[in-house]
Order: sequence, then structure tokens, then C-alpha cells
Amino acid sequence: MSTDTRAHAAAGPTRVYYVIFTILIVCTYLTWQVAYFDLGKLNTVAALAIAGLKATLVVWFFMHARSSSRLTWLIAFGGLLWLAILLALTFGDYLTR
Amino acid sequence: MPAQHTPHTSAAPARHYLNDGYGIKSWLLTRDHKRIALLYLVGVTFFFFVGGAFAVLIRLELATPAGDLVSDDTYNKLFTMHGVMMVFFFLIPSIPAVLGNFLVPIMIGAKDLAFPKLNLASWYIYMLGGLFTLWALVNGGVDTGWTFYTPFSTVSSTTNVIPTAVGIFITGFSSILTGLNFIVTIHKMRAPGMTWFRMPLFLWSMYATSIIFVLGTPVIAITLALVAVERLFHLGFFDPRYGGDPVLFQHMFWFYSHPAVYIMVLPAMGVVSELVAAGCRKEVYGYKFVAFASVAIAVLSFLVWGHHMFVAGESVYAAMIFSILSFFVAIPSAVKVFNWTATMYRGSVSWETPMLYSYGFIGLFTIGGLTGLFLAAVGVDVHVTDTYFIIAHFHYIMVGGAIMGYLGGLHFWWPKMTGRLYNEGLAKLSAGIIFIGFNLTFFPQFVLGYLGMPRRYHAYPPDFQVLNVLSSAGASILGIGYLIPMCYLMWSLRYGPLAGSNPWGAVGLEWTTTSPPPTENFEHPPTVDWEPYDYPSVQGAEPRVV
Amino acid sequence: MSSHTHHGALAHQFEDLTQQREVASLGMWLFLVTEILFFGGLFLVYSVYRSWYPAAFTAGSHELLVWAGTTNTVVLITSSLTMALAVHAAETGNRRALILLLLATMALGCVFLGIKSYEYWTEYIEHHIPAHGFEFQKEYFFQAQIFFSLYFVMTGLHALHMIIGLGIMSVMVWMSWRGKITPEYPNPIEVSGLYWHFVDIVWIFLFPLLYLIGRHVH
Repeated sequence: MSTDTRAHAAAGPTRVYYVIFTILIVCTYLTWQVAYFDLGKLNTVAALAIAGLKATLVVWFFMHARSSSRLTWLIAFGGLLWLAILLALTFGDYLTR
Repeated sequence: MPAQHTPHTSAAPARHYLNDGYGIKSWLLTRDHKRIALLYLVGVTFFFFVGGAFAVLIRLELATPAGDLVSDDTYNKLFTMHGVMMVFFFLIPSIPAVLGNFLVPIMIGAKDLAFPKLNLASWYIYMLGGLFTLWALVNGGVDTGWTFYTPFSTVSSTTNVIPTAVGIFITGFSSILTGLNFIVTIHKMRAPGMTWFRMPLFLWSMYATSIIFVLGTPVIAITLALVAVERLFHLGFFDPRYGGDPVLFQHMFWFYSHPAVYIMVLPAMGVVSELVAAGCRKEVYGYKFVAFASVAIAVLSFLVWGHHMFVAGESVYAAMIFSILSFFVAIPSAVKVFNWTATMYRGSVSWETPMLYSYGFIGLFTIGGLTGLFLAAVGVDVHVTDTYFIIAHFHYIMVGGAIMGYLGGLHFWWPKMTGRLYNEGLAKLSAGIIFIGFNLTFFPQFVLGYLGMPRRYHAYPPDFQVLNVLSSAGASILGIGYLIPMCYLMWSLRYGPLAGSNPWGAVGLEWTTTSPPPTENFEHPPTVDWEPYDYPSVQGAEPRVV
Repeated sequence: MSSHTHHGALAHQFEDLTQQREVASLGMWLFLVTEILFFGGLFLVYSVYRSWYPAAFTAGSHELLVWAGTTNTVVLITSSLTMALAVHAAETGNRRALILLLLATMALGCVFLGIKSYEYWTEYIEHHIPAHGFEFQKEYFFQAQIFFSLYFVMTGLHALHMIIGLGIMSVMVWMSWRGKITPEYPNPIEVSGLYWHFVDIVWIFLFPLLYLIGRHVH
């Protein structure tokens, strides 16, 4: 009773990997370039947003999350959520001192 | 088919996991989860008595007001070593690694865990970390407290902080591998018909505990690694002289160490669910509530760590948030206590040793938990923090709760694991001695703490002596209570009567197989079409064998 | 595709190869969650001190070699491509491509470590090793030391994971060479791939957070 299609389906074409790779390289270039413009606080936001996009692409396509089970999604999401809890509650202290 | 229809076979099977291969190699290179459980049993028992020895020395010192048995520096080492050994090498692994390893595959109807080799590796890692830490502890010791607060641990302490931190770091991987194994096994290897809501509640507890293992342990790992690196290279993450914040250490430390206390108690709760059902021959009241409460405890446990830091310098707003969340985390625990009590109501309540331990758990855990609510209130906590009130609180949960759960489970499943029955008379006696000794040791400590006696002090004002003497007397009784089971359990291995497949007349997949079980756990892989705790009505109950 | 019990790669506790493959993947994803929390602790420390000492962190970041960090990012992304292609080769039974792609991944990993070593050497030369002859402008001395402590601990831990990854890949090359990887049993390559991609993702975050702080300021 698995919804993990990876274990059942044959592997798809490789073209998608090259496309994602190109996007990742472009994003890297963007990260590098944007850093040299003064966007104030938005610099950090932009850097993290681009990094987050790259990470999402790697997880979704290279790590085959798109054809993995919902349990896998839950596990991955859970890890990120827990990191968010660690950061949020700790900063809850630091920001209110 | 449910257990009550399974004929109780008295004879021991010809081949089972204990005689399936002889010699030290067959044990040290085993992949059988049942043998690995016994390897862990040896390990945790050893470290329990090491930690217990330090406790004896602590209570000996505290029998008199003057610091006359050991120096203050030595005393600091004693309570540190007691805490480190008990927390990391006994309480955290005990039920999951011994009872969990043995029972998880059998209770879901599988042949083994998902990753048997990783399971064996986890034991080696545990032993390596434990023996390494023990070496550090006896080869000079550590005096920082098991909490390793900075900057004392990173700058001023002259003791073996780094090796101890490394030893605990290593052992953390054992926890992670165990948790990972349990989660995957429970998700993917349940027998046909074994749906989530047909699983015994012990498995829900193991699952919830494993969530904490996986999410929490890495944070203590990186925290201790940073302590070691900072101490070794004189860095400044936690050192105010160099712009660091000591409280950051505490945030990171307690992010794991609070959920860690639920690692210690959740498995015991799982055991109690099983014991109460079997002991009252009745399904656990509100099964789904208890199941979800286990998961809720695991999740909520990660949201309350700041209640250890009310006086450490965290902001008052953070303190308020952690306080209210700490009140919330008590709710699912209370739900469980209510449901166990409701299970006992109109059940066929029995008084065998495992049941005695479970009833003890329910009472003592309730006391420990209620005192936890007092501590969740910031206004109370600022007065009693770092006093004996805290020590009493957590010992009620960890000793009155977790250790009683462990002993109850060990007795309940001993016939299954070994194929032998222990001496019930001696077992009841030990349970009684432990209960009395425990309360005599720790109840006075609530009073002492409330009166203001600080923790981690080797001397105290003479006014506190009476209560301390009571506590030390209790500790010696408690110690005797723990030694007696060692004797009769070992004795039963050779001379105990054969147990048969289902001496308790209990319901569960583990009782449908032989005692001891075959290496593959079942003669034929089971199919499940019955609900958990499918006990017949009380009138139709079969007489117990024991 | 039949995957019944007599397949040599099927371990005894599993029903079939499909279950075994799902289990392997889940196990690795759970392990990666522990890694998220493990590195996450360091990201917490970084976040706290960056919020406390923004100027010192900017000054420290300016001392890092952007070309090296950017190049390494490209190198790792490329290695993730070769790794994904290697997994594909394993799933389609293309042994030759699998081995070559694994070796390419390893080569790129070595390039990464080579550039990293060069960077560490320059930081040593410029007296940016914390508490060991550390030199920095006086007003930011201790805070910049925290920055560099974080830099070395975070990139060092990442590099350690890369080295472990190279070790895993060597084993994968050996297993592929010995014909142990088949379309029914690509598990070792798949889970190694998950690990490798994760190490790449950590770097994807480390790069801007360490190298690109306040780069618009001169």
C-alpha cells in the first residue's frame, strides 16, 4: 500500500536533470550578482530566497521528491519544521530581551 | 487469532533464538533484534549500577551536614557522573533498546527490524560511547554537572569535559539509529491486517519516542561538539569575554534535553498501557486518545525547553510563552493517567509484580507530573529552581515513573524473552521495597527544596539534617530493592519453571509465539484480524497460569 | 517486474524488493532529517551572532574569496547533476555510465575539497585562524573571531561530510564494478545520491550566508 511511485515505475528521461542544472547555475549567478547591489535588509531575504529555491529544486527533482511517497514529504517537511521551531523559539528570547 | 484462543503450550520449543547458534561470535555478530536486546540489557544494567554507585556516595555525603566525606570538588564530580551515567547510558536507552528492540518486530508481526545491521551497530556505538565516557569519568572525572553549562565547562573547569562530551556524542548515534529503525519498521513492516489502530499502545509509544530520538539528538550532538571545540581551541561561541552568549548554550542544550526526559518516560507509559490492559484483562480505555496523546507529548515536548532557563537570563516574554506551553504539555500525560485509571475501573484487577509496578508508576508519575505543573509557573519556579524540589520532581518521574515502568516491563516480558518464570514472591517483595525506599528517599527532598536547600551542594545547614538522613536511609533501602531482582532474575534463567507461550493469558502477537520465540519470531507469518486488547468479558476469563 | 524471494539482494526480513527499496529510501530521508537538525544548530549560532554583530560579520565575510566560494558552488551543483544521472544509470541498468558518473561525481568532490584547502591555507596565511595568531581590525576583533570560528566549524563540518561522501562513493564504485547494482536493486546508489544531494544543499545555504554578507559595501 505504498504511494512511492519510484519503486514501481521505470526511470524517466534525463532531460529534466539538465534543465534543472541550468536553472541552478543561473540562480548561483543571480545570488552572486544580487549581493553587490544595496537592497538593505532585502539582501539577506533575497539570498535566502534564492538558496531556498535552489534547495527546493534539488529536493524535488534530483532527490526525486516529486515521485516519492507522501510519507517522504512529511519526513522532509518535518525536519525543516523542527529547525524552524529551534530558530523561532530561540529568537523569541533574543528578540525580546 | 486472538491470544485467548491460542493454546497455552507449556513446553519450551526445541529451537529458539537463544539456542540458535552458540558461542561468543554468534552473539557479538548477531543481527537478531532479540539478541541485540539482550546485549543492551547487559549494557544498561551495568551502567545503571555505575550510576547507582555514585548515588550511594552522594547520599552518604549528605547524611551529615558537614562536607566531611569528600571534598567539594569531588562532590561536584559525583553528581555529574551520577547524572551523566543515569541519563545518557541508562534511562534514555533502557526501555527502547531492551524492550523496544525485543518487542517491536514481534508486536507488528515482522521477522526483524528494517535495518538489523544498523541495530547491531547501534549497540556497539552505545558500548563504545559508554565505556569511553566511563573511562573519562573515572580517570579524573567531570565536575560541570550533567548539564555542562558554559562558560564553566568551556573555560574554567579543569576536568575531563572533552572526553565526556565526545563519549555522549558518540552514544547519540546509537539513539538516532534506534529511532530511525523503529520509525521505518513501524511504517513499512506491519503484518497483513495490522493497521495503525490495531497496534498495541507500546508501539505508539516507541514510535513517538523515536520521533524525539531523530529530531532532538542531533542538536545535543552539535551542542556538545561546539563545547568540545570551544574548549579545545579557545573559541568564543559561549564565552562572554569574547562576545559569546552562555545562554545560547542553554537554549541548544535544553532543546534536546527537555524532549529527552520524554524519551525516558514515554516508553514507560507504553509499558504501563500494556501492563494495565493485561493486569485488568480489559482493553485500554480510550485507545485512540492514548495513542494520539503519545504523539502529542512527543511534539509538544519540543516547545517547552525554556522552562529550564527561567532564571538564566532569558527574556520574561519568552519565559511566559515557555510557561504556558509547559502547562499544555501536561495535558496529554494527564489524559493517559485518566485512561489507565478508567481501564482499571471494573476490570479484573490483579496484583502480580508487573501490575504492581504499573500501579506504582501511575501514582508516582502523577505526583511527579503535578509538581512539574508547579514548576511550570514562573512565579514558583524562581524560588525553587536549583533546589531539592527540582531533584525530587524529576526523580519522581524518572525513578518512580520510568524505572518502575522498565522493571514492570522487564518482569512482564521476562517469560517471553527467556522462557522462564521468575520467583513471584521475591519479585513482589522487591517491588514493595523499591516503592517504600523510593518514597522515603525522594519525598523529603520536596520539603527540603521548598525549605531552600540548594542542589549540588555537599554541605548544608544542620536544620536540614533530619530530612537528609531520611532520604539517605531511603536510598539504602532503594538500593537493596534494586539488587534483589538481579539475583532472582539471574537465578530464574537456570532454575525458573518453564514459562510457556502465554503465562499471563494476555492478548498480543508476542503471546501467540513460543517462549522464547524462534529466531524468525513466528512459525508462520501472522495475519491480524482482531482488535488490540481483545480480551473476553471478565466472566469468561481463563485462569492464569502464574 | 517480478521481485520474489529468491533474488540474491533481498534481505530476509522483507517481503519483496519493492518493500526493501522503499525502506532504504525512508531510512536515508530520516537520517537526512537528523542532519538538518545537526547543521541546523550551527545555523542557529550563526543567526544569533550575525544579528548581534552585523558589521563585524560583514568585515569578516569580505575577507573570504568569493571566486572560490562561487566556483565551489558550481562544482557541487555539477556533482549533483552527475549524481542524479548516476542514479538514473543504476535504475536503467547502464553499468558503464553508472561507474563513469560516480567517478565524475567523486572527481568534482575532490575539486571542491582542493579549492577549500586552498582557501583554508590563505586564511592561515592571513592570520584569520581564530585564537591562533588571529589578526583583525581592533574594533571587530572578538566578533570577527566568532565569524571565523563559525566559518571554520561550518565549512569544516561540511567538508567532513564531503569526505565521508567520497568514501561512500568509492564503495558505490566498487559495488557497481562488481555488478551488485541492478535495476531491481539500485538502492545503494539511490540512498547515496540522497546523501550527496543533501551535502550539496547545505553548501547552497553556506555560500551566501558566509561569502556574500554586505558585499555591496566597500
